[in-house]
Amino acid sequence: MTDTAGPAAVTVTPAGAGAGPGAAPGERHRPHGLGSSLPAADAETKALGTYPYTADLWAEGLLWAAVLRSPHPHARIKRIDTSAAAAMPGVRAVVTHEDVAGEAGLGRRPGARPAFAAEVVRHHGEPVAAVAADHPETARLAAAAVVVEYEVLDPVTDPEKSFEAAPLHPEGNLIRHIPLRHGDPGAAGEVVVEGLYRVGRQDPAPIGAEAVLAVPRPDGGVEIYTASTDPHADRDRIAACLGLTEEQVKVYVTGVPGALGDREDLSFQLPLALLAIHTGSPVKLTATREESFLGHGHRHPTLLRYAHHADREGKLIKVEAQLLMDAGAYAEDASEALAAAVSFAAGPYVVPNAVIDGWAVRTNNPPSGYLRGEGAMQVCAAYEGQMDKLAARLGIDPAELRARNVLATGDALPTGQTVTCPAPVAQLLEAVRSAPMPALPKDGPVEDWLLPGGPDGAGEPGAVRRGVGYALGMVHQLGAEGTDEVSTATVKVDGTAEGTVATVLCAAVETGQGFATLARQIVQEVLGVEDVQVAPVDTDQPPAGPGGRGRHTWVSAGAVERAAKMVRTQLLQPLATKFGMSVELLSIADGKITSYDGVLSTTVAEALEGKELWATAQCRPHPTERLNETGQGDAFVGLSFAAVRAVVDVDVELGAVRVVEMAIAQDVGRVLNPRQLRARIEAGVIQGVGAALTEHLRVARGVVRRPDLSGYALPTALDAPEVRIVKLAEERDVVAPFGAKSAGAVPVVVSPAAVAAAVRAATGRPVNRLPIRPQSAVGAP
Amino acid sequence: MSTHAPHAPDSARLVALPATLDEAVAALAAEPAAVPVAGGTDLMAAVNAGLLRPAALVGLGRLAELRGWAYQDGHALLGACLTHSRMSRPDFAALIPALAAAARSAGPPQVRNAGTLGGNIISAAPFGDTLPVLAALEATLLVAGPEGEGRQIPVSHLLAGRDRLQPGELLAHVRVPLLHAPQTFLKATSRTGPARAQASVAVVLDPVRREVRCAVGAVAPMPLRPLDAERWVASLVDWDGERGLAPEVLTAFGDYVGMACIPDPQPAGEGGEPPQLPPAVLHMRRTVATLARRGLGRALA
Repeated sequence: MTDTAGPAAVTVTPAGAGAGPGAAPGERHRPHGLGSSLPAADAETKALGTYPYTADLWAEGLLWAAVLRSPHPHARIKRIDTSAAAAMPGVRAVVTHEDVAGEAGLGRRPGARPAFAAEVVRHHGEPVAAVAADHPETARLAAAAVVVEYEVLDPVTDPEKSFEAAPLHPEGNLIRHIPLRHGDPGAAGEVVVEGLYRVGRQDPAPIGAEAVLAVPRPDGGVEIYTASTDPHADRDRIAACLGLTEEQVKVYVTGVPGALGDREDLSFQLPLALLAIHTGSPVKLTATREESFLGHGHRHPTLLRYAHHADREGKLIKVEAQLLMDAGAYAEDASEALAAAVSFAAGPYVVPNAVIDGWAVRTNNPPSGYLRGEGAMQVCAAYEGQMDKLAARLGIDPAELRARNVLATGDALPTGQTVTCPAPVAQLLEAVRSAPMPALPKDGPVEDWLLPGGPDGAGEPGAVRRGVGYALGMVHQLGAEGTDEVSTATVKVDGTAEGTVATVLCAAVETGQGFATLARQIVQEVLGVEDVQVAPVDTDQPPAGPGGRGRHTWVSAGAVERAAKMVRTQLLQPLATKFGMSVELLSIADGKITSYDGVLSTTVAEALEGKELWATAQCRPHPTERLNETGQGDAFVGLSFAAVRAVVDVDVELGAVRVVEMAIAQDVGRVLNPRQLRARIEAGVIQGVGAALTEHLRVARGVVRRPDLSGYALPTALDAPEVRIVKLAEERDVVAPFGAKSAGAVPVVVSPAAVAAAVRAATGRPVNRLPIRPQSAVGAP
Repeated sequence: MSTHAPHAPDSARLVALPATLDEAVAALAAEPAAVPVAGGTDLMAAVNAGLLRPAALVGLGRLAELRGWAYQDGHALLGACLTHSRMSRPDFAALIPALAAAARSAGPPQVRNAGTLGGNIISAAPFGDTLPVLAALEATLLVAGPEGEGRQIPVSHLLAGRDRLQPGELLAHVRVPLLHAPQTFLKATSRTGPARAQASVAVVLDPVRREVRCAVGAVAPMPLRPLDAERWVASLVDWDGERGLAPEVLTAFGDYVGMACIPDPQPAGEGGEPPQLPPAVLHMRRTVATLARRGLGRALA
């Protein structure tokens, strides 16, 4: 499941933007400003298919690139012979690791992937060479004509064997170990439940595959047009790899056709940049679906072993957990994912004692990366499985057991960090518990019942059992452990003859999270200007950081607000001086400036007098610290929470599952754009349903099996359940701009666990593996 | 833009678009290496994935005579270019219900609009949805070739590789008996939306020959016929009265079919532990048994 940047915002329910059964709580009727359902500016062109994504771009003298990828998960490269490929008519350049002038690594962190495999290939699909030719098919044939002699090595594909295996990388196989100790490690409860859980390899499967256009610059540098979600980091790595200065590399961000966190386009950008410089011509590549599956990072497959200690009343005494995350061949985001997994391993519950060990290890499996809620999603499936198991052991209703343990503001996480932000977990749980249940099929006409297995499937009403499951979860909102979360934005207002136009310049990429629309709403709110434009993003603007982790709602929106307020002061100060009153006594709404007593009234256009006003501001949340050697530390800035109730129908003979309804209550701080928020939550829930039921990239001994969309089953419209948003808790987070929390990640974290709980209830089976396989959903005989 | 570049030097002969069956056969005779393409839902995907690089194509899109069907001596003569969406319609479903059900379940509407019956047979993918139905119906393939439209191949012979299309031959029609009795096609998939079959079962009743015929798809490279189970259950059906069977009989039939299609492994030599099937295979057997039980039950209801 992926987001689409624009269209998601216009997926309206039949009721439209107004009130009605599809409307989210908190919806208000306002044409613009905060709290309105302002549509995305590019929604229409994206819906009509006329929006130019990277794959649609063209340049004079364009060449086409193809990348040769390793067919082996682990092999030593003995020889690369590019002469046959280079001699083919139409081929303009062939590059390998020997052409990489600067540092070999291209990821965002040390130990990350090399641009091209040099001596060793460490995963199936690792780039080995790239070709530029005058036709895409010629480029593909030439890439196939590059002769690579491999000495095939045994792949390490079981993360448990990685500890003992010979190092796959000069930096060793253990990427990080966090031994968290909290409270009394020797504490014990009267009741102990144990469980072993597995979470599969979800793929972001963006609706638009990766594409890059690289154009050489006269100064020897290169310009990159791509759907980057962190243009400045990409620029810095390309410059470092190619031995160029930062000024010689410029990244233009084109529309992002789907991102779930980071788009790992660097594995395409660097070969293209090299080819553009080598040929002196623009070079383009549009990845095939197969290349896309092989090239980008996946969710970390995780093995989790838990023991929950509780007293007879179900109060948690201690959580013991061992988490093993498969980072794939390169470190990438493993350290960050592990920190989230360990920190949230007990969930949104009060746990006085915890002994949690997390390891991220290297294998020859496909690289893992950052998907929404990375780390938090994997542990949620496991700790909620444990809560169900504990409830069954004690004979307590699963929702009631959760209610007895929920976290609130002021409680401490197992990392020792006190939760200072709003944490209305109890209210969220109560909201989904008290929400009305979806109708049973017997109450409606039988032909309206969509059975598990689909409208033409084999479903039989007599074999269908309905299950209800609850899950609670949490996720952090910004980068953790000392990441410098800074963003910069500039707001300009221009009084022209045609009217007053405001412009936002900020390098925060609109990935579908709705930042561009939110920025327009903020400026409308602060300056009363209706016509607000958001400039396209490139690396000439100051950096705003990566697009994932819901950061931009916080840091970039905060920067936009500050800049807009500075412009507001510039605009109002002369008026205030003239009328001898303080700026605070003037207000702006709908293009009009009025004083508190109504004596002064003028328009923004008049106050501007044809001038241009602008201001630049930064937003930097309070710093965080790295988890120490016992996993303690204030590692996070903001947390968000959700409760989900899943209702499923299971054909207990076939093990076919259909999710009927997902009821979600979410902690959002403040609703800034109701329709966009609803779209984000629905998208997240459906992505979670995909992770729960079908989304797993299959790998056999390190080789990806069927990297296509029939082998990797995404939820279709028929699989998407009714998403009922029962509560949006609007308790403002005082340290966050507008008090708002980012909304995209937490539904993805909680939904899979809720579906698993519901299947557990329907079948009586343990359901300790995601995605849920049909053989695990067959009812106990 | 197309990413497919012409490679043969004589590009004039690359693609033929015949308007009649005779022209199509002539085009194939002129270029024996040419590959016929109808809906292209399998073929062009393989071309785009770089798995197939046909030297030439004979497009069958203009062959109106292969897009419909006709009646012939108690049989339906189905054109090879009949699309899945055409076969899904109620008039077709009244004639051959199981084939209509299989066609309805064969992918999203875009694929059903383009994909054809003949293409499904020639691709012979293990999960081809119409194949178990054709096997249960004991359909016959009529092949056009340089010697005319005379050659007939039972569909199971082609799928099993006992008989093959010769160079220059083209699948023209599929002859299916009209049985005027209930038929079912059931399919287990991984999701609610369109998906490939994990297992599928076709059950057809033949009251004239007093036979129950069953074929299981997607669990083997070709559809499997559990002949013993068919004969056993047909002997229990009261063909002249109420056809229904007791639930225990249906369950036994399902288990019989499951064991026949996914048998236990041969026990190891003296004293060795009998090898166990992996859980996924056991689940597959259970799925086949459930589908066969439900399919027969619905056909006899």
